[in-house]
Amino acid sequence: MAKKHSNKLDFDTGWHYDPAPESPELAKLKDSYDLFIDGKFVKPTSGKYFDTTSPSSQKILAKVAEADKRDVAKAVTAARKAYEGTWSRLRPSERGKYLFRIARVIQERSRELAVTESLDGGKPIRESRDIDLPLVAAHFFYHAGWADKLSYAFPGRKVGPLGVAGQIIPWNFPLLMAAWKIAPALATGNTVVIKPAETTPLTSLKLAEILQEVDLPPGVVNILTGAGSTGECIVRHPDVDKIAFTGSTEVGKLIRKTLAGTDKRLTLELGGKAANIVFEDAALDQAVEGIVNGIFFNQGHVCCAGSRLLVQESISEKLVRKLKDRMETLVVGDPLDKNTDIGAINSKEQLKKIQGYLKVGQREGAEIFQTSCPLPKRGNWCPPTLFLNASQSHRISQEEIFGPVLAIQTFRTVDEAIEKANNTPFGLSGGVWTDKGAKAFHVSERIKAGVVWNNTFNKFDPASPFGGYKESGFGREGGRHGLEAYLNISETGGNR
Amino acid sequence: MMSRNSPDKRLSVAKTYKLYIGGKFPRTESGRTFEARSHSGDLLANLCRASRKDLREAVVVARKAFPGWAKRSGYNRGQILYRIAEMMEGRIDQLANEISSQGVPPKKALKEVETSIERFVYYAGWADKYAQIHSSVNPVSTAHLNFSVPEPMGIVGIIPPNEPSLLGLATLLAPALAGGNVAISLVSETRPLAPATFAEILHSSDVPAGVVNILTGFRKELLPDFSTHMDVNAILAADLSTKERKLTEENSALNLKRVIHLPSKAISATDNPGLSPILSLQETKTTWHPIGT
Repeated sequence: MAKKHSNKLDFDTGWHYDPAPESPELAKLKDSYDLFIDGKFVKPTSGKYFDTTSPSSQKILAKVAEADKRDVAKAVTAARKAYEGTWSRLRPSERGKYLFRIARVIQERSRELAVTESLDGGKPIRESRDIDLPLVAAHFFYHAGWADKLSYAFPGRKVGPLGVAGQIIPWNFPLLMAAWKIAPALATGNTVVIKPAETTPLTSLKLAEILQEVDLPPGVVNILTGAGSTGECIVRHPDVDKIAFTGSTEVGKLIRKTLAGTDKRLTLELGGKAANIVFEDAALDQAVEGIVNGIFFNQGHVCCAGSRLLVQESISEKLVRKLKDRMETLVVGDPLDKNTDIGAINSKEQLKKIQGYLKVGQREGAEIFQTSCPLPKRGNWCPPTLFLNASQSHRISQEEIFGPVLAIQTFRTVDEAIEKANNTPFGLSGGVWTDKGAKAFHVSERIKAGVVWNNTFNKFDPASPFGGYKESGFGREGGRHGLEAYLNISETGGNR
Repeated sequence: MMSRNSPDKRLSVAKTYKLYIGGKFPRTESGRTFEARSHSGDLLANLCRASRKDLREAVVVARKAFPGWAKRSGYNRGQILYRIAEMMEGRIDQLANEISSQGVPPKKALKEVETSIERFVYYAGWADKYAQIHSSVNPVSTAHLNFSVPEPMGIVGIIPPNEPSLLGLATLLAPALAGGNVAISLVSETRPLAPATFAEILHSSDVPAGVVNILTGFRKELLPDFSTHMDVNAILAADLSTKERKLTEENSALNLKRVIHLPSKAISATDNPGLSPILSLQETKTTWHPIGT
């Protein structure tokens, strides 16, 4: 492979990356973490703890408490008391100041948090340091300013908080998802009971320490660790006013069903199967970077990942060659190493799921390509993978794999590209690569998805609303639009 | 209406009420009917009792009509909504008579028709404005033009209350249409006459075929079909019973169709219901464009 093309990117000859790891000690982990309820760390009622392990070294990092129904009840009671007693009575500007404080301490402790994130979740330190953590701080900072400006957000309508928000977040961006959930909920005057994912609880527990550090009133945010059953207890608790869930479409549908007929508000941010559409007039080298970022960012554990590539037939051979060459330069390995591009698959379970799809794809007749990058011996790893000649009906083109696996199809006309892009049950994101402005707008307007990236991919910002169409869920997070998810909005009457 | 006049008087010509699907007025494929009776029990008409197959047919034509309707300018949709109001105005008496023939006092019936017309005028004016109000250019930290705009959800299943029948339909339909959605509406089971006649008004108001489809029939039978259909994007309903609402929301989980349930007081209020009903049927799309040389 390497010798075939003279113009291949060559990062090996004469250059070798020496290991440049961050020290795991920077995470400053305790042996054991309790539940964070009413401003204090408390032992779980059941006395049960579970281990959280590193998906790369496989070492046990800490013991974490498992919350059950009784703990959820305590947390909801604390959140209700805090909502009625302090948080909803606080001047909005003071609410905002707490959020500013949180943002600042996150910036101060960001190295510790980034190392913890990479240790616990397996993502490369380059990403947790340069993307996750800056966005976490930015989310708190952005929403802090909204707290006393909500009346400007919805002219002609009256807004008020909902009460207690129950929030359940996934393992792919553990602290960032906590920020996406907690910051808007608090800015709009709600209190929170949140459950981080089973495999990535540590940064949320460090956030609990930060909330103590900034003197956030007890009970305003309660953090419960546990598995799916803990989440279910939060969803079913009668005194929770709103559920916000980010995770799989399968679980999202179950939650929708569970809440049927209740007055609990619900927002769901679920799976995706985004198409990156590359037209023949695109800047190909930029497109290759976008495709790589689209599917290999965070090991492909991204709900809005560009997991399908639709490439115009006339350039398909050239683009695929460039893509393969670029993929060969990707370094898979120790998440704490600053040279690492692709870290560890988050859990054994997820690795098994991805490997299952690798078999399915080949069995269905697509042609597999994987890079030759050496993989570490211990840990959960999957090399960057692509499938050529995937067809629209293949499971690898229809189902969310949530791993570093790209399914490639070709198209001839603009209409065909749009048709194929929209032909899944999902609608979270999409990408369009073309140098023609009019075409970019035409196609991005027709993609049925909540976020469309033109000549870029996987960009995020607290001011930018994020969320899906169709089975990718409903509601938006971020920006002015995201505030709606945590507000009662009523018409004021006016001159109607 | 169907009663025979005395021998020296002219025999009236009664209207056959039918479904409205894809810009045509077919009978139900099932051949089934149900009776609409006056307050005193006289037979007023035999109405089509629409079936699941009729609904499916309506979804197919609505899906075809959606892209064209969504692509029309807000200005154009606004003119068509205003045209609906104009056509209703010309048929005020007929609509009011149909409502009062089924037990509503004539003055109240007239008021219901007038308020229904106001709904269309009100939302005609929103059609070219809500997008501007709900859109934003988002100040992101990177060198991107980032903007969010509303887009219609697609096919909306409308389940209006039984009473008020015409006003219920108008209150739910007008914001759906103003926002570029297409609709399939079940209508009042107890007072179906005016809503069925309203289909003729749509037909003469430049509403493209398939954009609105009107089904008469039984809510108990058709609500599960609306809520389980995989190509219906949203359900907009008012005044569902607790049981109906639970069932609809449970079924909606199949394809995560959005369910919006309005309280009955929002329907009958003289005040128009505002911007919220339009926005409740919009998705928000955010687009990122790099800025650079």
